[in-house]
Amino acid sequence: MIMEELFAKPDIRKPENIVYRKSDLMVDRPLSYCPGCGHGTVHRMLMEVIEEMDIAEQTIGVSPVGCSVLAYDFLNIDMLGAAHGRAPALATAIKRLWPHRFVFTYQGDGDLAAIGTAETIHACNRGENITIIFINNGIYGMTGGQMAPTTLPGMRSSTSPYGRDVELMGHPIKMTELIAHLPGVNFVTRQSVHTPVNARRTKKAIRKAFDIQKAKQGLSFIEVVSNCNSGWKMTPVQSNKWMEENMFPFYPLGDIKVDGKLVEKKENE
Amino acid sequence: MGELRLMKGNEAIAEAAIRAGCDGYFGYPITPQSEVMEYLMAEKPHERTGMVVLQAESEVASINMLYGGAGTGKKVMTSSSSPGISLMQEGISYMAGAELPAVVVNVVRGGPGLGTIQPSQADYFQAVKGGGHGDYKMIVYAPASVQEMSDHVKLAFDKAFQYRTPVMILSDGAIGQMMEKVELFDPIPRRTDEEVIAACPWASTGRPKTRNHNIITSLDLDPAGQEKVNLKLQEKYRMMEQNEVMYEEIMTGDAEYLFVAFGLSARICQKATDIARAKGIKVGLFRPITLFPFPTVQIAATGSRVKGILVVEMNAGQMIEDVRLSLGCKVKIEHFGRFGGIIPSPDEVVKALEQKIIGG
Amino acid sequence: MAKIIGDIVINTERCKGCEVCIAACPFTVIAMSKEVNSKGYHFATKVNNDCTGCTNCAVVCPDGVITVYRAKV
Repeated sequence: MIMEELFAKPDIRKPENIVYRKSDLMVDRPLSYCPGCGHGTVHRMLMEVIEEMDIAEQTIGVSPVGCSVLAYDFLNIDMLGAAHGRAPALATAIKRLWPHRFVFTYQGDGDLAAIGTAETIHACNRGENITIIFINNGIYGMTGGQMAPTTLPGMRSSTSPYGRDVELMGHPIKMTELIAHLPGVNFVTRQSVHTPVNARRTKKAIRKAFDIQKAKQGLSFIEVVSNCNSGWKMTPVQSNKWMEENMFPFYPLGDIKVDGKLVEKKENE
Repeated sequence: MGELRLMKGNEAIAEAAIRAGCDGYFGYPITPQSEVMEYLMAEKPHERTGMVVLQAESEVASINMLYGGAGTGKKVMTSSSSPGISLMQEGISYMAGAELPAVVVNVVRGGPGLGTIQPSQADYFQAVKGGGHGDYKMIVYAPASVQEMSDHVKLAFDKAFQYRTPVMILSDGAIGQMMEKVELFDPIPRRTDEEVIAACPWASTGRPKTRNHNIITSLDLDPAGQEKVNLKLQEKYRMMEQNEVMYEEIMTGDAEYLFVAFGLSARICQKATDIARAKGIKVGLFRPITLFPFPTVQIAATGSRVKGILVVEMNAGQMIEDVRLSLGCKVKIEHFGRFGGIIPSPDEVVKALEQKIIGG
Repeated sequence: MAKIIGDIVINTERCKGCEVCIAACPFTVIAMSKEVNSKGYHFATKVNNDCTGCTNCAVVCPDGVITVYRAKV
């Protein structure tokens, strides 16, 4: 008998007492992500919002190329898998052809901030009435830990094995701050999912983004700074700590643009 | 009889798209086809039929907008010219892999590289041999008149949805720019969202509680699964070869010699046929209208009755390979081409026939 | 006075042993098991009766393997 059973409370374990369970909009299959990876948590927050708004029938999602290439296998809504970086172009057409549908893209940093820079910036600049969810872990996870456009200065990766030398390799790009300056963009925020508080904030941000979409008020852009314990070569718990100490100072959490106006002082500082 | 108009080929493409019930056009300006989007923007199809027209930030974005729209079952189209079509190859490959219907118009200009803005047929290989990566084909129509620019749009949409495949219209800068009389077909109403959902149960339109979620993708990490995808695609291409071949024969009944040419070259060869016949040379013209599927059997039948074949193309010799594959070594087959934006004159073509085939 | 009692059920077969839930629990209810599941992961398990059903562990679990119950008794 496993230890958990020793402390089971059968009187409490009744359906009416459930206060939290995995969203029914998550397909019941194991996620392909590494242990501790933030993707799973963001997937779940996203599906919880769609479930709570009861809009699964009206939602069309676009998944990227990268670790979350198989997101469509886990999210029980209609999805399209885009070519690398092109998700905002797909989403643009989908939203314009189905203006009453909720449309989102789910993209990593390589997808959104390197190969898909043009599609991202122009979809944002046109003010497409969509939601972009941007997972930034500063590395190419799927292909084996290469340097990403968001890799921090000095950070090691398989293509910057001695650390990112900005003189040679260029600077990391803060896409989210860049996007915030575009007039078509309504809501821009940077969040994380590594603690319960942060995960709940991310969910709240996603809800806000979908509400903005419902009100046809323009594009919402949510960056989630996340970990890549495999790529960073740490345990999940270590990687979350490293993220707090190294990623957050460079990519500070908080709202950057709300109701179409830049936020002057960031909340979480 | 349908409405008659004097139009540019590019304008006919645009008008035909509206009339074919196209839901969305996504494009990027490039000479010599910019009139397609210019006409659409001026015509305000959103007011006429509800059709969406959007100028994208690049051809890469355009083709991926097509992928997005097609993945939701909507009728979508783009047009471009050679360099832009090269940029679209990734997206076309993905659409072939994900089995998505869409119409792509290539108003070909001379290459390679930035090349020239003048007409050419140098994108034949790219169009019919699979310009992007992976084993795929698409139906390729080669219009030779402004009338066919219009007719082929309607046909291309029908076939794109029948086979769930991208379809290309391979035109050129001359047919795009020239003005001719065109009889327009009667407008077909755009499908409602409900009709799209009913007609395209595979599309990602929003998952009702009554079905599993739809996934549009060209990815299958399991080799056995991906082989199955490939076999299914090949089966589809065989069906196209059986059922979709289109061609035209002009004065081939008594012909001793044969021109084989598509698109603009076929028009030049038609005039060359008249000139040659006036000189007593019994020559006919075989014009493939579909470049894939290629009229292999039909060319073999007609070609085996003649003494020699001149394949005339505005390129360095591309379709000639398919003509040779159709006939083997039974008949003498030579190529005549001008390239870089030069259009051969009918007299040049007759001279080439005399030198390379009759006298050669 | 009503007391709030919570409980969690962990889908141990789906747990990948990342330990993120352990730090999230305010009452150190969760620890890693010595056993492994069929994938070879040490999985999270309850080690005491102090759960209040706050849902922190479940919210932060990347694989969504935790179901939380809470009742007033």
